Amino acid sequence: MNRRDAIKNVALLLGSAISASTLAALDGCTSSAPKNYALQAPETKSTLAEIAETIIPETGTPGAKAAKVDDFIVTMMNDCYEQKDQQILLDGLKKIDEASNKQYKKAFVDLTAEQKTAILTEIDKERVAYNKRENKGKDDPTHYFQFIKELTLLGYFSSEPGATKALRYVAVPGKFEGCVPYKKGDKAWAV
Amino acid sequence: MNLNIKAQEQNTYDAIVIGSGVSGGWAAKELTEKGLKVLMLDRGKPLEHVKDYDTATKDPWEFAHRGRITNEQKETHPKLKRDYPYSEHNEKFWIKDSDSPYNEVKRFDWYRPDIVGGKSIMWGRQSYRWSDIDFEANLKDGIAVDWPIRYKDIAPWYDYVETFAGISGQAEGLPQLPDGKFMPAMPMNCVETEVKKRVEAKFKDRRITMGRVANITQPLPGRTQCQFRNLCSRGCPFGAYFSTQSSTLPAARATGNLTLRPDSIVNSIIYDDAKGKATGVKVIDKHTKEMTEYYAKIIFVNGSTLGSTFVLMNSISKRFPNGLGNDSGVLGKYLMDHHFRTGASGTVEGFDDHYYFGRRANGIYVPRYRNIGSDKRDYLRGFGYQGGASRSGWQRGIAEMGVGKDFKEALTEPGTWSMGLGGFGECLPYEQNQVTLDNSVKDAWGQPVLKFDAGFFENETKMRKDMMNDAAEMLEAAGAKDIHTFDNGSYPGMAIHEMGTARMGRDPKTSVLNGWNQVHSVKNVFVTDGACMTSAACVNPSLTYMALTARAVDYAVKEMKKGNI
Repeated sequence: MNRRDAIKNVALLLGSAISASTLAALDGCTSSAPKNYALQAPETKSTLAEIAETIIPETGTPGAKAAKVDDFIVTMMNDCYEQKDQQILLDGLKKIDEASNKQYKKAFVDLTAEQKTAILTEIDKERVAYNKRENKGKDDPTHYFQFIKELTLLGYFSSEPGATKALRYVAVPGKFEGCVPYKKGDKAWAV
Repeated sequence: MNLNIKAQEQNTYDAIVIGSGVSGGWAAKELTEKGLKVLMLDRGKPLEHVKDYDTATKDPWEFAHRGRITNEQKETHPKLKRDYPYSEHNEKFWIKDSDSPYNEVKRFDWYRPDIVGGKSIMWGRQSYRWSDIDFEANLKDGIAVDWPIRYKDIAPWYDYVETFAGISGQAEGLPQLPDGKFMPAMPMNCVETEVKKRVEAKFKDRRITMGRVANITQPLPGRTQCQFRNLCSRGCPFGAYFSTQSSTLPAARATGNLTLRPDSIVNSIIYDDAKGKATGVKVIDKHTKEMTEYYAKIIFVNGSTLGSTFVLMNSISKRFPNGLGNDSGVLGKYLMDHHFRTGASGTVEGFDDHYYFGRRANGIYVPRYRNIGSDKRDYLRGFGYQGGASRSGWQRGIAEMGVGKDFKEALTEPGTWSMGLGGFGECLPYEQNQVTLDNSVKDAWGQPVLKFDAGFFENETKMRKDMMNDAAEMLEAAGAKDIHTFDNGSYPGMAIHEMGTARMGRDPKTSVLNGWNQVHSVKNVFVTDGACMTSAACVNPSLTYMALTARAVDYAVKEMKKGNI
């Protein structure tokens, strides 16, 4: 079991739903990295924004762009991740563009919503297969889409629009009721 | 000369309390309420109740890194960064490792705060009584030394501290986990209630109860009952859990007898060879690095287990060349912590039309049942479980495959119920588990540092198998599906239940403290935090420190009045 699962278990044991931050704090990053300029580049951000919006699109509730998930990913990558992981992400963005070019002769940001979804669906399959590979090594690199998906979900569901519109957020519950009725369609608690 | 006498008078109190955490706060409250002028010292920065809980009412999106620690913070906190308690949510409460290093022969995770109130602000708040099964364990097993006290000695003091601190919980009538003065227990959720029913039907010796926790469920003077935000470790603006700031400090201040001095690093205790007792403490100002002496008739050492032992070790005199009160040579030895991070979890079906409201900062508890009565295992002592049930949230989407509208919509609803149980096991007191003073490294104030050499051994390893397998067995009995077991390994220090190193005992030749937490050979010095523990039991220890502290103060003041101190 990896560290993420370990903490998930601990959080579960403590009787609390896993907090976004606990979950986010799981991947070790041990050394300080200088600001990565490629990460700050406008084209990086716009690609990230489109990817995040494809993972979490605007529906009846705001999408990842409205929650500024692209800014969040850049901040997190810069401040909390090692340089080698930042590079994995940047190389990953290139791979996404390569896949888009190969299939549709366009950069990812220029694809239609359906095409974007198709590209990322394939990449996500690849990610899950990679995560389930046999003979995992301790120092194997993380799949780039793991970073993207993880930070997109964290950034979105813990953002104000994500927590208060896509989910239900009550800052001060004031009481605990252990058993309340739930019907399909009711939103989950944000925290 | 005149000036010196005046300065000395100004720096003289009836009692000095070193440390302001769970036990130090209690010492200050009890001493001041008995009319003594008290100086409470803490190396941490000031932290005013409510006002200084900067992050307590922040929403998740107000944290730029959503709780996560930055690369820069990791550089200055090379030890604290190892695990989750050091977080963006309460970053400023923790000590900067780089200023206060320590050495490890074996890995030891030492969580040190840097605030007045100490770890009483960030503690886990689980509050359980010890029983005679615990106090008699060393004697029965022929291990280490016997506790100089029994349950009857401490029981009235448990009553006393529980009533003031406010502990919510359920009475169960179990000999191994005595009931206390409880406020109403927090409720279980539907799945926990059902699991309890099924497990207790299958295993007659096992009980599932609500965690006994120092979060109040009814108001107390100056404190509001728990609001179920589950943000305790940021400091509670409602004063809903016991901390120095919410509870003991206001009481001590109300007497008008308290002087609190933050940013004060206690370097050592001054021992007067002629008088045959301690006369005061040497304190380094954290900012100016200036050393000042303070004097008192009684000294309470409450600097947290290893902080207290450091002060004793660093207090060298002609009479005590190996540390204050260390005639026995056991100072620094028999370091203990609970071992944990093993258990099982599984999903529970049939409750999809149920949910919960509010965030309960507490879980369920399974009291120890191993090696009790006729149960005999291939290891000594036992363990308890903490756990709980909840429905999964959006986090499940990280592992799952999917992008786009349907994926998003699915994640906005709660997922399956799961139930987890994680064991907390007793660690035996081993002589070789110890800290020593290391003069080869100095902290930012020129003091030596501690060197840790502690581990878990065969008894703990054997116990962990039961901790894991029993959890799975109970979940199976409860009808859980997809049960998986885990053992993530446990390093000493991680449970933040470090105990021992200045143990109580009956014989001055083999212990540092007597049955009143009084240093055998220095009658006016008392150590009432985790350092005093002779064995570790398997329950969370803070409540016991509270009770021992109140009891020791009562004794100390009586002795002082009799002229014995």
